Amino acid sequence: MGTLIFLVLLVVVVGWAIAAYNRFIDLKGQTLNAWKQIDVQLKRRHDLIPNLVQAVKGAMEFERETLEAVIQARNQAVKVQADASPTGGLKQLAAAEAVLGGALSRLAVVVERYPDLKATSNVTSLQEELTSTENRVAFARQLYNDTATSYNVKQQQFPWNLVAGFAKATQVELWEIVAEAEREVPQVDLSRKKDE
Amino acid sequence: MSSSNLFEQQRANRRRSLALVSVFVVFFAWIGFGGDVGFYLTTKHAPPGSYRHTIPWFGFGTTLLGVILVGTSWRRGPKQVLWATGAWELVNPSSEHEQRYVNTVEEMAIASGLPRPSIWIVPDKDANAFATGIHTTDAHIAVTQGLLETLDRDELQAVVAHELAHVRNEDVRLMTLLAALVGTLAIIADGTARVLRSGGGRSSGRSRGKGGGGLAAVVLVFWLISMILAPVVSRLLALAVSRKRELLADASAAQFTRNPAALASALEKIEAQSSPTKSIKRGTAHLCIADPLGRRLTHKQGFVADLLATHPPMALRVARLKAMAYRLETKGHLFETA
Repeated sequence: MGTLIFLVLLVVVVGWAIAAYNRFIDLKGQTLNAWKQIDVQLKRRHDLIPNLVQAVKGAMEFERETLEAVIQARNQAVKVQADASPTGGLKQLAAAEAVLGGALSRLAVVVERYPDLKATSNVTSLQEELTSTENRVAFARQLYNDTATSYNVKQQQFPWNLVAGFAKATQVELWEIVAEAEREVPQVDLSRKKDE
Repeated sequence: MSSSNLFEQQRANRRRSLALVSVFVVFFAWIGFGGDVGFYLTTKHAPPGSYRHTIPWFGFGTTLLGVILVGTSWRRGPKQVLWATGAWELVNPSSEHEQRYVNTVEEMAIASGLPRPSIWIVPDKDANAFATGIHTTDAHIAVTQGLLETLDRDELQAVVAHELAHVRNEDVRLMTLLAALVGTLAIIADGTARVLRSGGGRSSGRSRGKGGGGLAAVVLVFWLISMILAPVVSRLLALAVSRKRELLADASAAQFTRNPAALASALEKIEAQSSPTKSIKRGTAHLCIADPLGRRLTHKQGFVADLLATHPPMALRVARLKAMAYRLETKGHLFETA
């Protein structure tokens, strides 16, 4: 009788452990997939910027500074992205992307001041592309953070934490909005005259 | 919405889909075997040598037919629904509106973690939207031309999020099967009525041949039952189906966009266009974001409205979304429990 109870308990425990192990593998896969989404969207964002700069450059000779800032931030972000992963380098990437986001929103405000530029349909469609890309990055980040959080929490909860090591589950970094640059409202300099 | 809530909804939907399909097949089987019993009883005392109905061929036949119809709905259901509304697939966006639509769908696919659905437009001036599909990996989203022209970017995004929430909650399979099977029943009911009318006319003209009377009786029974049951069943199923899940999809949409106010104002705009959506008929009404038939019940709250409307009162939905927007603004989260 005693051995029977022992055997039943053993089967239950082993069954649970297998299920827990598989759950971790599943969560890890989801987290990596969510990370890939971010990666893809960031690449899309980086690829879009040269086109945008090209389209507005001619009409915006006076805004060199703003354009330079965008290009520089973009190049920096591309460099950081190359060696970022959920387990390392995410903070730096988040910071670089925040700087780029800030530069882009300043550019968007400047573009508003050039009605001629807005009138050409190429710029309008590029702006829609830019809005969409910004949204995609934000939503990919949202999905990644949600997935990564449940992955992280599960690893710490008892009794799941007993199995986490076997499944090689490790804590992953979240994509936090680090720099103030992204929250900051773009400055609009009203004292300057319109250059038209 | 918490994830346990989501899984519960998905499980409930799978259970209901199975129930729907089973009821449909059993309904067909019952009609066939019922006919067999009737035929067996009338031929039981037939003289030796003449035909006796001992093998239930009708039953086998109708059951097989039921299974085939379910299979067809499963494979062709989404296409049938889209075809019924006259939607066309947007592959190469040519205008600003279309580009924006494609972009918002792709954004929401990212937010919900679903694969990109195929994108359709219904050529109709009224604002409405629906989603269809059997699997989450092969879903379809359709909005009307009027919707694209009426809503701004955030509102369109919110509507698309609502539709993708139906896909993720696995509402669409049940809704699509329901639309396809009910549509099939309606066609069969109409068809049998026609056969019965012409057949009845013929058999009254000449003396009744052997078996002709039995067949007519079977057809009559089949017709009566399907005529009586089809609308009632479709009505009740559509009810069970639609109202709670609309509220749930609103909540999920707010979760995807983090912008419940946009969905609230989209719903108000859709509601303000009181004209019914002409392209969308009764059979697919339960799929839409707002009741396309412009029925007045949707405006009311109360027992009868609760029993008969396919959609919850718009005022209730808007109020709930505005409450979420307020919570997000003041407390930083969408839901009470979060």
